[in-house]
Amino acid sequence: MNASLRLRAAIVSVALFLAFIGIWHIATRGTGAVGNMSPEYAKLMGLTATAGKSAMPGPLDVGAKLWEHLKQPFYDNGPNDKGLGIQLGYSIARVALGYLLAVIVAIPLGFLIGMSPLMNKALDPFIQVLKPISPLAWMPLALYTIKDSGLSAIFVIFICSVWPMLLNTAFGVAAVRKEWIDVARTLEVGTVRRAFTVILPAAAPTILTGMRISIGIAWLVIVAAEMLVGGTGIGYFVWNEWNNLSITNVIIAILTIGVVGMLLDQILARFTRLVTFPE
Amino acid sequence: MTDKFISIEAIAKRYPGASGGEIAVFENLWLSMARGEFGCVIGHSGCGKTTVLNILAGLDEPSEGAVIVDGQAIEGTSLDRAVIFQSHALLPWRTVLGNVAYAVTSKWRDWDRARVKAHAQTFIDLVGLTGSEHKRPSELSGGMKQRVGIARALSITPKIMLMDEPFSALDALTRGTLQDEVRRICLTTGQTAFMITHDVDEAIYLADKIFLMTNGPGAVLAEIVENPLPKDRGRTDLHRHPYYYAVRNHIVDFLVSRSKTFAADVPGHDPRNVPVVRIGVSEPTIVAAPRAIETHPAQTIAR
Ligand SMILES: Nc1ncnc2c1ncn2[C@@H]1O[C@H](COP(=O)(O)OP(=O)(O)OP(=O)(O)O)[C@@H](O)[C@H]1O
Ligand SMILES: [Mg+2]
Repeated sequence: MNASLRLRAAIVSVALFLAFIGIWHIATRGTGAVGNMSPEYAKLMGLTATAGKSAMPGPLDVGAKLWEHLKQPFYDNGPNDKGLGIQLGYSIARVALGYLLAVIVAIPLGFLIGMSPLMNKALDPFIQVLKPISPLAWMPLALYTIKDSGLSAIFVIFICSVWPMLLNTAFGVAAVRKEWIDVARTLEVGTVRRAFTVILPAAAPTILTGMRISIGIAWLVIVAAEMLVGGTGIGYFVWNEWNNLSITNVIIAILTIGVVGMLLDQILARFTRLVTFPE
Repeated sequence: MTDKFISIEAIAKRYPGASGGEIAVFENLWLSMARGEFGCVIGHSGCGKTTVLNILAGLDEPSEGAVIVDGQAIEGTSLDRAVIFQSHALLPWRTVLGNVAYAVTSKWRDWDRARVKAHAQTFIDLVGLTGSEHKRPSELSGGMKQRVGIARALSITPKIMLMDEPFSALDALTRGTLQDEVRRICLTTGQTAFMITHDVDEAIYLADKIFLMTNGPGAVLAEIVENPLPKDRGRTDLHRHPYYYAVRNHIVDFLVSRSKTFAADVPGHDPRNVPVVRIGVSEPTIVAAPRAIETHPAQTIAR
């Protein structure tokens, strides 16, 4: 029953995919030569106008280009022509660094907020104001103070991934069942040991949920941040290819962004499953 | 023998009321127990039994008064006072062995792994869970979970066991076996135990003294009933004992009618000298002042 459901879902998925490719292919197919057009205009517009060819690449174009990229992901022909793998590598490295910094800050701070009602109340106004600020709004300030575009991007990743982790950690820690805390208290377990042996395992699923939300946001934001700061990264790649009017490459970049985002999410989902306990 | 191993002295617990003032769950409550005694508290829901137990455990603080254990006022929780929680309160991410070992390492920090494991295993065996050491709480039945809770409490060899309705969530059969086990363990180790229950038969089977509390708010400890049944009583032939119905009826009468009207019926009730009730063949009688605690029950019961 379960297996058959999965099989049927897979069949529907494949069918939808093929239908999508088919429609895409038909929609971007050339419509034949177009007559009587001023030669000047025809020259300006290129094949798009003269051969009736759509400016939108078809699936076959994208497939061919993608194959090219996959064959040679790490080439480096100067600042404006780097392999897709290198650009992705830059983005992932920035996300990893900013995210790691956020973990280092958010989890201890979340513990503090969750365990101390005083700190909870004291820090609440700051969090309430800082949380809704779009991470990109920090960019000019970051560029001005840090004076390095790469580091600024990392800072923006840090600031956008810190909030979900902080709030989830604080919530998870504060919501640990009172009876588990009472067990630790009756056993005279000290604060530090209690934090590691009771609160951390009890709050871990909630904390990891926050980390999973954060990695998703970080991956969303890195593309925008790199479009702004330029230089390297998948976001810069998208922008650069747009300037080159290479829609094929833009589509490929979009596709890779999606796949990498999914992989990051899956990794965190796996960790979440590891720390989840049945009750 | 006026040994007051546990002495609750004039404790009160108040919560802020809905309309500004304070609501007292109880005021000026006194209660004492000798070493090795088994005490059961019976009273209606909401009268403050859990509050008393939590104060005794150190998990809660009284608004007023003090608790003296073994000659010393308690401050907070202690490894000397183990709690068996109603909801078992096992750590779900740890195995049975892990849960018991957690308590053992908390008491003896410098023990090595093997020693902790061996010690924990002894108590897992004691409650009859041999073979389930590596199961997680989610894989256990309610009764088995409660056994782990008992093993965990016993493993730290406490001076006092505090139990808040430990068996109320269990079916009758499991409850019976666990009662037997608790009684056996308490008798062999001379454990002092304080237990809350709603089950009159459980109290008669387990307790040496049964504390009757009136309804809250403003609950008082109304009477202390001495258990007239012999030490070697069995759970299944409890009702055959000549005093069984007398003591049972006395408690049930209290719960059904007197617990509501006690304050009005007994205006001069002295919370410091709570009457001790000794059940005789004829009618239950109040044997005057608390001095009665000092005489040995068996002597007065003898026909
Ligand atoms: N945090 C609190 N704030 C206000 N009132 C409280 C609080 N905790 C407990 N109470 C009140 O204290 C009284 C005693 O509660 P307690 O849990 O000790 O009752 P209990 O005798 O154990 O009842 P039960 O048999 O149902 O377990 C109750 O009337 C309850 O409403
Ligand atoms: Mg209770």
